[in-house]
Amino acid sequence: MQRIGVFVCWCGSNISATVDVEKVSAVLALEPNVVISQNYQYMCSENGQALIRNSIKEHNLTGVVVCSCSPRMHEATFRRACESAGLNPYMLEVANIREQVSWIHKDIEEATEKAIILGRTAIAKLRLNTPLTAGESPVIKRALVIGGGIAGIQSALDIAEAGYEVDIVEKSPTIGGNMAKLDKTFPTLDCAACILTPKMVDCAQNEKIDILTFSEIESVKGFVGNFKVGIRKKARFVNEKLCTGCGVCTQKCPSKRGLNDFNMNLNTRPAIYIPFAQAIPNVAIIDPEQCLKLKNGKCGLCAMQCPTKAIDYTQQDEIVEREYGAIVVATGYKPISLENFNEYGYSTYKDVVTSLEFERIMNAAGPTSGHLERPSDHKQPKVITFIQCVGSRDTSGCGKPYCSKICCMYTAKHAMLVREKYPDTQVNIFYIDVRTPGKNYDEFYRRAVEQYGVNYIKGMVGKVYKEGDNLVVQGSDLINNEQLLIKSDMVVLAAAIEPDPSVRKIATLLTTSIDTNNFLTEAHAKLKPVESPTAGIFLSGVCQGPKDIPETVSQASACAAKVIGLLAKDKLKCNASTAGADEMLCTGCSLCENVCPYGAITYIDKEFRLGGGRTEVRRVASVNPAVCQGCGACTVTCPSGAMDLKGFSTKQIMAEVDAICKN
Amino acid sequence: MKFNYYPGCTLKTKAKELDAFGRKSLEALGVDFEEIKEWQCCGAVYPVAKDEVATKLSAVRTLAMAKENGGKVLTLCSACHNVLKRVNNDMKTDENMRLKANNYLALEEPYLGESEVIHYLELLRDYVGFDKIKAAVVNPLKGVKIGAYYGCLLLRPNSTMAFDNPENPTIIEDFIKAIGATPVVYAFRNECCGAYVSTTNNELAKKKSSAVIASAKDEGAEMLVTACPLCMYNLRQNGGGEIEVKYFTELLATALGVNN
Repeated sequence: MQRIGVFVCWCGSNISATVDVEKVSAVLALEPNVVISQNYQYMCSENGQALIRNSIKEHNLTGVVVCSCSPRMHEATFRRACESAGLNPYMLEVANIREQVSWIHKDIEEATEKAIILGRTAIAKLRLNTPLTAGESPVIKRALVIGGGIAGIQSALDIAEAGYEVDIVEKSPTIGGNMAKLDKTFPTLDCAACILTPKMVDCAQNEKIDILTFSEIESVKGFVGNFKVGIRKKARFVNEKLCTGCGVCTQKCPSKRGLNDFNMNLNTRPAIYIPFAQAIPNVAIIDPEQCLKLKNGKCGLCAMQCPTKAIDYTQQDEIVEREYGAIVVATGYKPISLENFNEYGYSTYKDVVTSLEFERIMNAAGPTSGHLERPSDHKQPKVITFIQCVGSRDTSGCGKPYCSKICCMYTAKHAMLVREKYPDTQVNIFYIDVRTPGKNYDEFYRRAVEQYGVNYIKGMVGKVYKEGDNLVVQGSDLINNEQLLIKSDMVVLAAAIEPDPSVRKIATLLTTSIDTNNFLTEAHAKLKPVESPTAGIFLSGVCQGPKDIPETVSQASACAAKVIGLLAKDKLKCNASTAGADEMLCTGCSLCENVCPYGAITYIDKEFRLGGGRTEVRRVASVNPAVCQGCGACTVTCPSGAMDLKGFSTKQIMAEVDAICKN
Repeated sequence: MKFNYYPGCTLKTKAKELDAFGRKSLEALGVDFEEIKEWQCCGAVYPVAKDEVATKLSAVRTLAMAKENGGKVLTLCSACHNVLKRVNNDMKTDENMRLKANNYLALEEPYLGESEVIHYLELLRDYVGFDKIKAAVVNPLKGVKIGAYYGCLLLRPNSTMAFDNPENPTIIEDFIKAIGATPVVYAFRNECCGAYVSTTNNELAKKKSSAVIASAKDEGAEMLVTACPLCMYNLRQNGGGEIEVKYFTELLATALGVNN
């Protein structure tokens, strides 16, 4: 006979303002098996937990129901409280009367009724609970970092620093990411390459770090501590081990019309190329779309010229399988496509460029060697107009509803760099709001206005059109209440940023969640910002939300700290809610084995006694509890009802349904 | 499906050709339509004051009449379309307006915004289909470079009109392609022509209209098309007369071979 205690939480006024907590605890007190029912303002506080602990001892409770917030928030807290009072932690049930009741209902009477039903449901389930014990599984002491931008680089360096092995898997031919393309960085204006490339070299030289560039994640199996990942190393047609990066091939290549994506397609590159001078690895790669040898079998000049015989036209994609204890997602961002913003003329006029293109134009290693010139006629612009929030904070549906966060600062940076190098240039900036919170950030923006004489105009731009050789920016000045037509030689669009599109496939492979804007969801917006809701998966950089470099680096290090904490453990407590087959019901159909995402189910031939001395050998399912994650896929698939999940048995679920339907 | 055609006052006086070519083309395309019997003036301008009820009533009467006949109101004049669609939206969403208008009109059955206001161009795009029009064309306007002039009233406010992307509309360009001509995209195609300002500040209207025409000519347009009689007036009278301006229905009728 169970002895159940019910504890109803007010959550300050979060629950008690909408749910009559007194009534809930009074009604639930009348339920069979309930020996004590109480309510308290903050059940998760030390006092609240003490109330639970003391009641367990005082009333010899065999089970506890807490009516509070979502179990995702505090189930672990209350399990610990139960355990410290000598109760098996799995003899706890949480009824969610905050997210599922008080936060979504307005009517007190209805909300109270629903809270009572949910409490009753938890009690009904708890009556059938049995104590469970979690097993242990070993931790593979190696981490995977997906993405080799500044976020991935920082996470990898920190994890390696702690002594663990790390693999960086980067989909492009070099690590470095978007930061490698930048000219200067705010708020100190030091050059991006000067602070990034040494870190890239550190990665390459660190014995603990293995860099797999031009590689993508193909498959992910397993669970926290024991991931098995398939990585596709795409063919680059150059043997990485033999290539010394001498660059002879790139000079001899006759096909030079491939767009240089490192320079944001502002110029071209040969079919065999090294992405940029400081690329890591400093190894050439062949673009099969442009290579004459690969396209029609004629040429082969690079292979003839290569002093180390590194060119291999027959190279194929290769799949490597590796095992990891933890995975860091650092897939970064890209600027949005501007096809929905034709009014700004990006696709029509060459001299309308994006901010990332402008970075390349201003960069000493860029297509113009850092000389400011506009793409159409290579003339030095005398008037440049910047437009902020192109697709950011956009509620029309053409862009993104969020603030991209980095644009105010980099636009101020661009404006200052232009005024510094070319003081006779007039610089205008259209903005909705200037948002520059952060250490030395607002001072930076004020310097642009006060010292560099940048013309900031509060208002939005209607359109950009051409008049003769020049562009005209039509916009409104909201402070002076006038319409402006500004003749400009060049227009720079601060395009919104969005998560790199590769993240969607990766999120699916990792079974981690993604929001409506394709940003990965953190486990808790405030308290678990670098953990994903899936155990063992961590989030680093812009894949989780818009961030600038300092913030990305902080998050990347935070992420590494979490990974190190995980890899430092020799064993992890397994999930106690594992599946098991009733061998007498199992028909050996294999359906459960096929749906198990963790490979936890195998089939064994077992001998059964039939009576009268006869025996029979039957094929039955067997679950490895160290591998089973308790997802329940097998239990709903099993046609004979043989498969059941501890802690979530069919009986328990039906008892819950009955408790709800009874009302 | 039957469409309740609403011509409006201007199409019976100054813009008879917009109406006549529109009807002929509908017949040629086999669209089932009928002029709403006792239609009244739409109100001419949508009153933006929240508490302005009286001037919206004639629009409500028309909408309520159409409701009894399937509820599809087909408009052609941009201004009428703007007024009818926005008043209909008020009747659908603004409880105060709904109550007052119905109290005043005392219709047999209260009108709650059930009708749907569809512009002729939307009918071509969404009900007939530009592909079908292309197939029905007998005199394609090959090689004619035509600039679409949208003006304001079809596009804005976008939240109510939901006609096309107000910054980068494409529906008239798609129409121009369907009749075999070449659309010319120019920056000022969705700028104001000067509208009613031409009666009080003609200089300003001239400035606005000539900017539209200059922008279109700059991109190589030989002709402009519009759906709005007031835009037509401004572009012709105040635009400097440097470019031919036609109603889109006239070109449609020409392409379909029914412009006699």
